[in-house]
Amino acid sequence: MKSKHKKVDYSKWGYIFILPFFVSFFIFSFIPLVDTIRYSFYEYYRSGIKEIGPNFVGMENYISLLGSDMLKYAANTLILWIIGFIPQIVIALVLAEWFVDARLKIHGTQFFKVVIYLPNLIMASAFAMLFFTMFSTNGPVNSILMSIGLTSQPIDFLGSALGTRSLVGFMNFLMWFGNSTIMLMAAIMGISPDVFEASELDGCNSFQRFFYITLPQIRPILAYTLITAIIGGLQMFDVPQILTNGQGTPDRTSMTLIMFLNSHLKSRNYGMAGALSVYLFIVSGILCFFVYRMTNNDDPDGSKAAAKKAKKQQRRG
Amino acid sequence: MKKRVVSIMLIAAMAASLAAGCGKSSGSDSGNGGASSGGASSGGSSSGGASSGEEGKVINIYSWNDEFRERVEAVYPEVKETSKDGTVTVLNDGTEIHWIINPNQDGVYQQKLDEALMQQADASADDKVDIFLSETDYVNKYTDADADAAIPLKDLGIDPDKDLADQYDFTKVTASDVDGVQRGSTWQCCPGLLVYRRDIAKEVFGTDDPEEIGQKVKDWDTIKTTAEELKAKGYYTFASYADTFRLYGNSIEQSWVSPGETTIKVDQKIMDWVNSSKEWLDAGYLDKNVKGQWNDDWNKAMGSASKVFAFLFPAWGIDFTLNPNWDGEDGVWAVTNPPQEYNWGGSYVHACTGTDNPEHVKDIILAVTVDKDNLLKISKDYSDFTNTTSGMKEAAEDDSFASEFLGGQNAFQYFAPVAENIEIAPLSAYDQGCVELIQNSFSDYLQGKVDYDKAKKNFETAIIERYPDITEIQWPE
Repeated sequence: MKSKHKKVDYSKWGYIFILPFFVSFFIFSFIPLVDTIRYSFYEYYRSGIKEIGPNFVGMENYISLLGSDMLKYAANTLILWIIGFIPQIVIALVLAEWFVDARLKIHGTQFFKVVIYLPNLIMASAFAMLFFTMFSTNGPVNSILMSIGLTSQPIDFLGSALGTRSLVGFMNFLMWFGNSTIMLMAAIMGISPDVFEASELDGCNSFQRFFYITLPQIRPILAYTLITAIIGGLQMFDVPQILTNGQGTPDRTSMTLIMFLNSHLKSRNYGMAGALSVYLFIVSGILCFFVYRMTNNDDPDGSKAAAKKAKKQQRRG
Repeated sequence: MKKRVVSIMLIAAMAASLAAGCGKSSGSDSGNGGASSGGASSGGSSSGGASSGEEGKVINIYSWNDEFRERVEAVYPEVKETSKDGTVTVLNDGTEIHWIINPNQDGVYQQKLDEALMQQADASADDKVDIFLSETDYVNKYTDADADAAIPLKDLGIDPDKDLADQYDFTKVTASDVDGVQRGSTWQCCPGLLVYRRDIAKEVFGTDDPEEIGQKVKDWDTIKTTAEELKAKGYYTFASYADTFRLYGNSIEQSWVSPGETTIKVDQKIMDWVNSSKEWLDAGYLDKNVKGQWNDDWNKAMGSASKVFAFLFPAWGIDFTLNPNWDGEDGVWAVTNPPQEYNWGGSYVHACTGTDNPEHVKDIILAVTVDKDNLLKISKDYSDFTNTTSGMKEAAEDDSFASEFLGGQNAFQYFAPVAENIEIAPLSAYDQGCVELIQNSFSDYLQGKVDYDKAKKNFETAIIERYPDITEIQWPE
């Protein structure tokens, strides 16, 4: 009896210490989230400075969104994302492999790691503004091209869908490849050096080593990078917004989903914007589920998947 | 034990502060409901100012640039000094004017202003909006009687029929609600002119005399012949297709949206603008590289290195846009009559419902927009065309109003006749979005990126996004 009394239960302090997080999460994230979902079933916007609604309209916002150009903007977002992501992951893989490779003995890896990460530290809007000025018809890029005689007329980069999309992709690539490189480096460093040594003894060349050892070993992290990049790509906004002045010019070919959302918020159309957010929420939710599955089941040291397999084999055996 | 007591007290304190936070906001919410209804009823019966005898210490003025601040500093006698960053002006009696500046572009200014107006009833006296400005493009949104954002001038103690008798009539109509109650006043009146480069005129036409150039640009047919001459020498007549928009867009015969309706009726004049812009752009009379206005390329087109002959500007444009972008000597630009009379812009000053400084607000409005001597001073110092019919007639004949920037030319000679002939296009609360989006949508068409029907469709999509209450868009035949 006495010993029970003496035992102090510290666990509640843990709860008290994490309480602030839950309180602020509840106030600043959870309530707005629920509100967004609630308003997505209402007609609720502002006309001039008069408020219309909220009137309950059921699924109307969702249906009219499907009838709008939403899918086209989703396609735009995907295209813009792919243009940026492919070079991003390729360059990141190559750089990560080089930086980690002990035999290459690259000097100043630390320095380069900082440098490639730097573009990510610039505000996206400032970065977009810079590109907007550089690639405008009277901008420095055009004057350089003209003065070295590559073109006689200024090229209207931002006037064509290809130009605008490539610029957005290029900017996203520049901003994020450093981040991916560092993540992949961590993954590669996690591979046991024994494997590399063994492969070397077996006379494996660097291509084989990359494709048969490194890639399979870092697959879970690669998948994680991919999925988080997709989720980030879904929310692509600031770069194309600033670059095209919020218009998604030309002909709305660089209008992303979040820019579409933003144009609804100009009239404070919480209903429609809410419905669009819910769509995005569902898509990101599904993607998150995949990430969760992947990081839990395909652990490189095979904890869960291996355990499952072993169990299955045991049962069979 | 002691520790436990302390921690329990801490938690209790935290919980209490949280609860207090919530309690406070809900309390003030219910309080403001009562206050605002009370305010509305008192506003109807007596002047909004009479209810509060004492003036607040802070006057908040919402605007999109420092144009108004400069005018107030110049003519309001109570001004003592302005802080270096231009955000605070101190008056002689210690009252502070706080300038809240948000850019007009992309509707940012209106968003911020709308937020503030929504909070107006809740805000503490020093945070209340006292004066806000609006442009012709959206003045209608704020003078709306139902919205009740701007105090009728009568309630401030200004009698429009008597005190504002000297103002141009169309400015009074613009600042009135549907019932004809005037809810704002302006110091400027914005008849537009054609501003041209003398050096280019001399080279191409052999003369830079405003009368002779005026003859060459007197109507759309004549100016087209002139444009051909300019093109032959490698010059553009105007910078961008957007430059001519106001001449068409501000002379539409019916408003974009008729009161009480939700149908946008696109005027034939707008389509005329699209067609003639296409023609001009394809003919090479306009610079293809300048896409629209208010961007870097457009600003550069006003520099000495540019090949652009002329711009279409009202007085504020010459003072506020052309002059800062011009990098050459004074006296190169000159004004003459435009191919068509038009009005562009105009900043209206409104007293905001719920202001705690009605006396100051009244004084400022009277000083900046009504007092004839002040208006003439503004005209002289900032080359604004000001809102006084008799004053502007005097200015047109007074050589001391000659502008240095225009090489000693008296622009008022040209402004005054335009101002007399302006017929302001009927306004609606949707004007700004329509004007902005139609230019955006058709700019893809003008640049050859999409066809005509696609541009129409893009406009429809964009306008419904901006104004969800619009149900239909009608195009002219």
